[in-house]
Amino acid sequence: MHAPAEQRTEIELELNGETRHGRAEPRTQLCDFLRHDLGATGVHVGCEHGVCGACTVLVDGVASRSCLMLAVQADGRRIDTVESLARDDVMNDLQQAFSRHHALQCGFCTSGILMSCVEFLQRVPAPDEAQVRDMLSGHLCRCTGYTGIVRAVLEVARQRQSGESQQNASEKPYDV
Amino acid sequence: MKAASFDYVRASSKKEVLQLLHEHGEDARVLAGGQSLMATLNMRLTQPKVVIDINRVDELNRIRNESGHLAVGAAVRQVQLTDRAELAREVPLLARALPWIGHFQTRNRGTVCGSVAHADPSAEIPLCLVTLGGTVVLESLKGKRREVPAADFFQGLLTTDRKPGELISEVRFPLAEDGTDYRFQEIAMRHGDFALVALALCLRADGAHLGVGGVADRPVAQTLPLGDDLPDALNTLAWSLGAQDDVHASAAYRRQLVRELGQRLIEEPSHARPR
Repeated sequence: MHAPAEQRTEIELELNGETRHGRAEPRTQLCDFLRHDLGATGVHVGCEHGVCGACTVLVDGVASRSCLMLAVQADGRRIDTVESLARDDVMNDLQQAFSRHHALQCGFCTSGILMSCVEFLQRVPAPDEAQVRDMLSGHLCRCTGYTGIVRAVLEVARQRQSGESQQNASEKPYDV
Repeated sequence: MKAASFDYVRASSKKEVLQLLHEHGEDARVLAGGQSLMATLNMRLTQPKVVIDINRVDELNRIRNESGHLAVGAAVRQVQLTDRAELAREVPLLARALPWIGHFQTRNRGTVCGSVAHADPSAEIPLCLVTLGGTVVLESLKGKRREVPAADFFQGLLTTDRKPGELISEVRFPLAEDGTDYRFQEIAMRHGDFALVALALCLRADGAHLGVGGVADRPVAQTLPLGDDLPDALNTLAWSLGAQDDVHASAAYRRQLVRELGQRLIEEPSHARPR
């Protein structure tokens, strides 16, 4: 497949379970395409060179920097962003735990961190604190000092292990 | 920043990649995991005319254990090695170094050969390749296939022996030798950041083959004597690397890390490590 510069190429991908179409120049980063063309503004764009982690999304279920991928590379792929987490306006267990533990302040880094957590907890369902901190080392958060984030992730891991999370999600949509 | 314009080609075979590299030479860049190239494109440090995407070239996404080495193809991601259960037996040094490479989010896409192509002096994979005496396989459409020793391949900061038109089709890591203990250690400002000093070690009964990354303009490996002569040898090695001051650390601190961390890594008791 050959896409000439400055010409917008057709892209089809699955975004949060829906088939979506758009057009992008070869040089367009995936994060910009998701935000500007597909409206997934939960994807935050920070450093644009892979250091801050704010733009992290799942590509075929794998946490990846969307600033380090071209939109054209996502053609035919499955992309999940933070918009995939809540169901019917009810935040998922991870989002609720972030709220409960003050794991965010300004929220700029949060959507990327949440998407890393999604894959991380699948790969490491019962992590210890060191493993959570190692996972978080791929994200910069300048507000929280990470303590609340670590607590939230560990709590969700414990809940999921003991099968509590679903009840919590339906009883307490927002715990302020 | 946003990248300057370029043509994009999604290659479907190695032959197509070689053909495109032959046509475009220095105007082309190979896009594998993108964890270095995309950053330099976004910062406009590199402005190629053509970007050749090899992510969907299946024949480049292969790991082979044969003839005494582990051959890792150009499109193989770092996470594929992390997930390879046999790696701790096959190339234990690499298994120990992998967790130090960036973060799991970057290892998910970053490739082994991409790190070799980028040739960052503090990168872990080039350091392991040099320390183990591995090789880099280069292919081109017209030229001969070349297998270059890693120590000759890395020629300086982000500079390698790769000629325009050549593709790094695979790198080859020698398999573990009996009686050798493989160790890896590094110091960075934050786990996953660029190493201030990274050390890779093949410890044998008669000597320590120590590789140092992050200090010289390329990874350097040397065999050091054990016992009373070790501190002097480490000091000589530390001074030979031409350490530079930068915002992260002074040259003196880097030399001190080579001496102190090197001594500790070599002399720490050998645990019953999984082989």
